[in-house]
Amino acid sequence: MASSVGVIFSSISEENVPDLTKVRSMGSIPYGGRYRLVDFALSNMVNSGITTVGMITKNNYQSLMDHLGSGKDWDLARKEGGLILLPPFSDESETLYKNRLEALRCATSFLNKCQQDFVILADSDAIYKMDYSKLVDFAIEKNADFVLAYKRGPLNKSSYYITLETNADQRVTAVNINPADDGNDADNYINVMVARRTFLLRVVRESIQRGLTSFGRDVLTRGVDTIRIFGYEFDGYYKNVNSMVAYFDANMDLLKSDVRDEIFGGRDVYTKVNDSIPAKFMPSSVVRNSLVSDGCFIEGTVINSILFRGVKIGKGTVVRNCILMTDTQVGDKVTLDYVITDKNSVIRDQRTLAGCEIQPYFINKGSMI
Amino acid sequence: MLKKKECIAMLLAGGQGSRLFALTSQIAKPAVAFGAKYRILDFPLSNCANAGVDTVGILTQYQPLVLNEYVGNGQPWDLDRTFGGVHILSPYEAKQATSWYKGTANAIYQNIRFMKEYDPEYILILSGDHIYKMDYDKMLDAHKKSGAACTIAAMPVSLEDAKRFGILNCNPDGSIYQFEEKPAVPKSNLASMGIYVFTAQKLFDYLEADNEDPNSQNDFGKNVVPAMLAAGEKMMSYLFEGYWKDVGTIQSLWEANMDLLGDDPKFNLASGGTIHSRSPLAPPAYITGELKNSLLATGCEIEGDVFDSVIGTNCIIEEGAEVHDSVLMGNITVKAGAKIWYSIIDENVTVCENATVGKPIEEAKATPGKTAGIAVLGRGITVSQGASVPAGTIMEQDV
Repeated sequence: MASSVGVIFSSISEENVPDLTKVRSMGSIPYGGRYRLVDFALSNMVNSGITTVGMITKNNYQSLMDHLGSGKDWDLARKEGGLILLPPFSDESETLYKNRLEALRCATSFLNKCQQDFVILADSDAIYKMDYSKLVDFAIEKNADFVLAYKRGPLNKSSYYITLETNADQRVTAVNINPADDGNDADNYINVMVARRTFLLRVVRESIQRGLTSFGRDVLTRGVDTIRIFGYEFDGYYKNVNSMVAYFDANMDLLKSDVRDEIFGGRDVYTKVNDSIPAKFMPSSVVRNSLVSDGCFIEGTVINSILFRGVKIGKGTVVRNCILMTDTQVGDKVTLDYVITDKNSVIRDQRTLAGCEIQPYFINKGSMI
Repeated sequence: MLKKKECIAMLLAGGQGSRLFALTSQIAKPAVAFGAKYRILDFPLSNCANAGVDTVGILTQYQPLVLNEYVGNGQPWDLDRTFGGVHILSPYEAKQATSWYKGTANAIYQNIRFMKEYDPEYILILSGDHIYKMDYDKMLDAHKKSGAACTIAAMPVSLEDAKRFGILNCNPDGSIYQFEEKPAVPKSNLASMGIYVFTAQKLFDYLEADNEDPNSQNDFGKNVVPAMLAAGEKMMSYLFEGYWKDVGTIQSLWEANMDLLGDDPKFNLASGGTIHSRSPLAPPAYITGELKNSLLATGCEIEGDVFDSVIGTNCIIEEGAEVHDSVLMGNITVKAGAKIWYSIIDENVTVCENATVGKPIEEAKATPGKTAGIAVLGRGITVSQGASVPAGTIMEQDV
């Protein structure tokens, strides 16, 4: 693989999941019992042989910094390269960046210093396993300026979404922003892009000089004729966390063994290592079709659920279809169905809480019910 | 200002652990897995880190590969220091004489230069085969206050058990007047835990004297401590009240694992200082079978039934398999229809369909043998389909 550097947008599309991003950035949303969303893009980078990664941040990135630390858990604490946090850039006229183009400005001095030929840019709002080096190889093969990864399937609608149209040579002929849903499958852009580093830097510099604001509209849509943009089809598991229901479904997907095998098999998904004690199951525990993390203490019944680290389930309690984040304490004789608790929530004895499949009941971080 | 450390620790990890049989045929005893996600030496190493002792020499000579890899640069215990940190000390070739570590005291003696590098005031001597949480800082404080040459941690045991330990006979103020190694008729029930704090200069002096003595077995309990007592040095006992277990035998290793289970466990991992370990990256455990009164590490897939057991990282228990009263160390696959009772199974073992290992606990305990009826499967073996491993047997080869 040609030399590449990674850039991760840790704080983009947060408006899709406002409850989860109230206290944290997109990348630090807890997922799957022990992970944060950023772990997937970051692990993909590391597993693709990338050893220099810039992490573009915005606001509320304290939990992200706490999670990433020096980058050692991703083998990215290095003398040469490694993980580099890129705090938000702002000049005197602006506060914080509002769009991807301005966000990229945070990375320009970092990218200027890099020597690598290619940049791999990825968002941190999706669960997938991808070998980015294949995109780089594809970019070389096609002599592309940009390669955009897409997933064929039903329109992946959210507040801002892009579909691609490509010709037989995989050259992108049209970039559509927020197209109407005609019921047909579309080539959904998944916000994973490979760019020639020097070309990207030039595009960002010129766009900002001309007062352009949208990377999608101003650069991609208008550039299909002048820029060599190619589409790369990704056919693996891909789940975009672009709503609370999508977040719920993405977690529940891990209860399927084929999804677990694809996401966790073969290569490690790196995350912050924590020395929780092993999970403990008491004689009264009943667990079915659930993921249970270290540090859990189970006396009750858990069905079709994801338990993060340090969750306690009291006696006579029944938990179904729930996502209980780190250190959630559930008392005795509680009934929970379709509930998502954020970290450090406490559910007192004998409470009954229920949401439903299309509207899980969400409990804020640190709440006591 | 010259760099120095007030207190450094020396961890004896070189023993062969022959009473663990198959479990230590390829790895050193301190590297044996314990408590689903730990290895034995996580306990002394974490105790050191939690007590602020950030310089630890680990003395190894027997099968050190797994141990060396596991310890690495000491980062999991925050012992990757720029000055100090963790060091693996193996026997080495020298101009004057080259030798293996001949006894616990000789192992420390051969590393006198390592210790002097840090110019310590005190030296903590630890064993790599004990399971316990202890604040060494408190013991060090007691040692400083008493002004003793050596302080030995001790705990009361039953008079019956006292015959298996080094016994401290003490004055009312806690000072030791006699040390008896495994006495036939114990005078007290205060057993040495093999944890010593020495005033550094005293230790160096007595180690050098011990090395000169051709009749010495170069052992702390047998030679160094008695020599110090004979010379009239002030020796203190330090009473430890808490869980402590020597896991040097199959039975005690099984018991220590079981001591982690239950509502009010004998050894509660959740209280006191955190035990750090090289925590694996595996995803959370997926569970859909019965899982009662057990401890479970990450990465497991439990579709069968598990009762009263400790299950290590990345174990797969297939549907229709049963595990009772057993310790599974990690990366173990128990296939459909296989049954495991009262066993300790080392890492990377596969138990194939409908095989049986061990016997139900009450029946197995009546079995004569070296392991109190516990069936032991060594590292990496396969028990083939339908095969049977009798209670109390030790298997090192495929069955």
